[in-house]
This record gives sequence, C-alpha cells and structure tokens, in this order.
Amino acid sequence: MKPPAFEYAAPETIEEAVKLLAAAGGNAKVISGGQSLMPMLAFRLAAPELLVDLRGLKGLNEIAIGDDGVRIGARVRWCDIEADRRLKQRHPLLAKAVTHVAHYQVRNRGTVGGSLAHADPSAEMPGIVVTCDAVLTIVGEAGKRTERATDFFTGPLQTTLGPDEILTEVSLPAWPAERRWAFMEFARRKGDFALAGVALFYDLDGSGRVVNAHIGAIGVADRPIRLTAVEAVLNGSSLNDDLIAAAAAKARETVEPPSDIHAPAAYRRSLLATLLERGLRQSMTRGS
Amino acid sequence: MTKAKFEINGQAVDVDVEPRTTLADCIRDNLSQTGTHVGCEHGVCGACTVLVNGEAVRSCLMLAVQANGDQVVTVEGLSGDELTPLQAAFRKHHALQCGFCTPGFITTAHALLTNEPDASEERIRDVLSGNLCRCTGYVPIVEAVLEARSHYASKATS
Repeated sequence: MKPPAFEYAAPETIEEAVKLLAAAGGNAKVISGGQSLMPMLAFRLAAPELLVDLRGLKGLNEIAIGDDGVRIGARVRWCDIEADRRLKQRHPLLAKAVTHVAHYQVRNRGTVGGSLAHADPSAEMPGIVVTCDAVLTIVGEAGKRTERATDFFTGPLQTTLGPDEILTEVSLPAWPAERRWAFMEFARRKGDFALAGVALFYDLDGSGRVVNAHIGAIGVADRPIRLTAVEAVLNGSSLNDDLIAAAAAKARETVEPPSDIHAPAAYRRSLLATLLERGLRQSMTRGS
Repeated sequence: MTKAKFEINGQAVDVDVEPRTTLADCIRDNLSQTGTHVGCEHGVCGACTVLVNGEAVRSCLMLAVQANGDQVVTVEGLSGDELTPLQAAFRKHHALQCGFCTPGFITTAHALLTNEPDASEERIRDVLSGNLCRCTGYVPIVEAVLEARSHYASKATS
C-alpha cells in the first residue's frame, strides 16, 4: 500500500515537461491532482520511474466561456467547475455530471485532464466529452495536436496519448439555452464509480420534434460510448411515452456491457435502459 | 531523497523525504504529528483528511513534495488547549466511539463550515459521505456538525 520508488520533477513550462516525458521513454507518468494515479501507485498497478508534476505550469487551470463554447484547462478541478456559477446556464450537463464525481476531498484535487487521461470507462468526464463531441488539445514533442474525444479513448484506461504527450485543454461546443438534457448514473454508494450512467441532450425543431440527439453511456463498455442507434430512434420524432420506451428497448439491445464482481452484464443492460428512460423523461421539463 | 518545504499548523518545515512519501506518512513519520490517521491508504476512507490551503484533501492521495509552498493544517492545528465548538459538539453528541475516523471528520467538517457556514443538512451529509465511520452510524456525527454550524456562521458575520 506504499507507492513504489520513483523520481519526481515539477517543471515550470510545458516544453520542459514534454522533454522530461520524452527522455523517460515511456517510463514516466504525468501527475496533477493525483486522485486517480495515487491509488494506482498505492496498489502498485502503476510503477513509473519518474513522475512529472504539472503543478508549476501556468495557464492550465482556466475555464473560458465564449460564443464558441466552453474551454477547460486540464488542471481545472472538479471543485472549480462546481464553484463556477456561469456553467449552470452555459453547460448544465457538465455542471450536473461533475456533482457525481467522487467525494468532497477528491473533488478539491482531482482534475479534468487527469480523469480524461486515466480513461476509466465508468468515469463521468470521459462520458461528457464523448457525448458532447468535445475536442481535446494535446501537446507533445511534435508540437500541438487536437483530437476528437470519440477517437481519444481506445479501451479501458487506454487512450491515444503518446508517452511524451500531455493533455492540456478540453473544448466543449456551445450549448444553446433551450437545449433539453439529462445526466443520470447509478452507483451502489454515492461517489463510487457508476455501474452505468447516461448523459444525453437534444434540441427541438419548430414542430417540437427531437433533432441532434446525443446519447452517451458510461460503465457499459470498455470506454465511454455514443448510442447512435438510440439517437436514430429519437431523431425526427416527438418525445412521448412510446418513443421513450422504444429508445430504452433499443439501448438494451445495443449495448454489450461487461460482467464483473460489481454487476453482471444483464443487470447493467437493464440499468442503462432504466436510466435512459428516466433521463429522457426528466429532459422533457428541462431547457426553456 | 528530496526536499519537502511547507507550513504545517503555522510552522515552516523543511523535510528530507523520498519522492514517493505521501503527505500523510510525512506528517506522521517525519513530523511526528500522529493526529492524522492513515486508514485505507488509497483514498476511500477519509481518515487522513487534512487542510491544504484551506481545502480538505486526502493526505494519502498527495505526495509530500506536492505540498511544497503550501499551508497544511492537521487536526492538531485546529484547537489550542480547549476543544473547538465543533469538537465539543462531537463529544456532546457521542459522534465518536473508537475515534479512529474522528480527525478526518473534524477536518472535513471544519473545512466545509469555514467555506460554507450556511451548509444545509443535505450538503453536510453529501460532504461527509467521503468519510467512513464504522462505530456511530453517522447520525450523531451529522447532529454534531449541525450544532457546530452556528459558531461558524457567527464568525463569518462578525
């Protein structure tokens, strides 16, 4: 339960940090809040030779809100998002999802970038960026690149991040005020990782029909996923009890959740359908 | 070995630690302040909660070197010779039995009430859900924090 031995560096620029990571040739890990990495180290599931701490880097802890959407620096913490009153209007789905992340003390240190780079398939933030078509900014030896969130996650705790790369920013597209949305997850104890969860939003056309449906799910695959088959059921129709039932049925037959010690696949599948049903029902009263 | 330099309970310290030393172990083993308890050592139980720059954090999920330049307050730093109103409320309401989890609850509740003196019972329960207690069943702990709330509110307005 004590971390294995490693070296530690706290560089002051991103260039320096990238250089340290590159020189370590895959044997280094980035640490910021450490709320995912420290348990991994304690269990010795991770044993890097070097930790590169981002605490000395400037400019990664800002939340910028503009007409083009919400940009969140990688070192923004859950408590920063909770405290930002603007987000309750400008990105209510994000604000709501973050209330489900872990507990008070962890929310005071855990960061957006850390959660994304850790890529737990049940975590809220990876689910949000996939659902919302976010774009991630990544800096490495070759310079800066951007990647769509849907392409970023490649498996459980796996991403496209190279050994020399650091995730620096998340960009969420603009959120229309009248958008309908919901976030639902179920965990056996509050603050635990979700057994399953749903993040969803859609807009309504002039005749009140669903358009632009985005339905994301966590905890039901090896990475956060979009349920495009469910989106197809919803798009172009008016939301009513029958449509909600059809969407839930489609979700149930689409997903192939894992079985593990916490819940068998059939339970997760059923849970997802129930959460989707509740979420869609709740969304009907959301948005102005 | 590397240096960890921070302030603990108002005292500047400069300790030689291995980089892998957690803040919790540094506080207990290097600085001999054993009020901070180490339970699960992987961020689940909340017993090791301390304040870093006024915010409640799990000191087992932080390296000592990550506290460089920070102000750390442990349960020892909250009271002088007398119990604080929060600690007195814990005693009055029997909000502890074996006492292992108590420093974590006290530091967490202190941070909450300092930052949010008007915290609702629901908010208090939500925040305390990050700390485990195997003795009390939590009800007396919530009662104690609710009673102590008025002392923080009066401090905030004065």
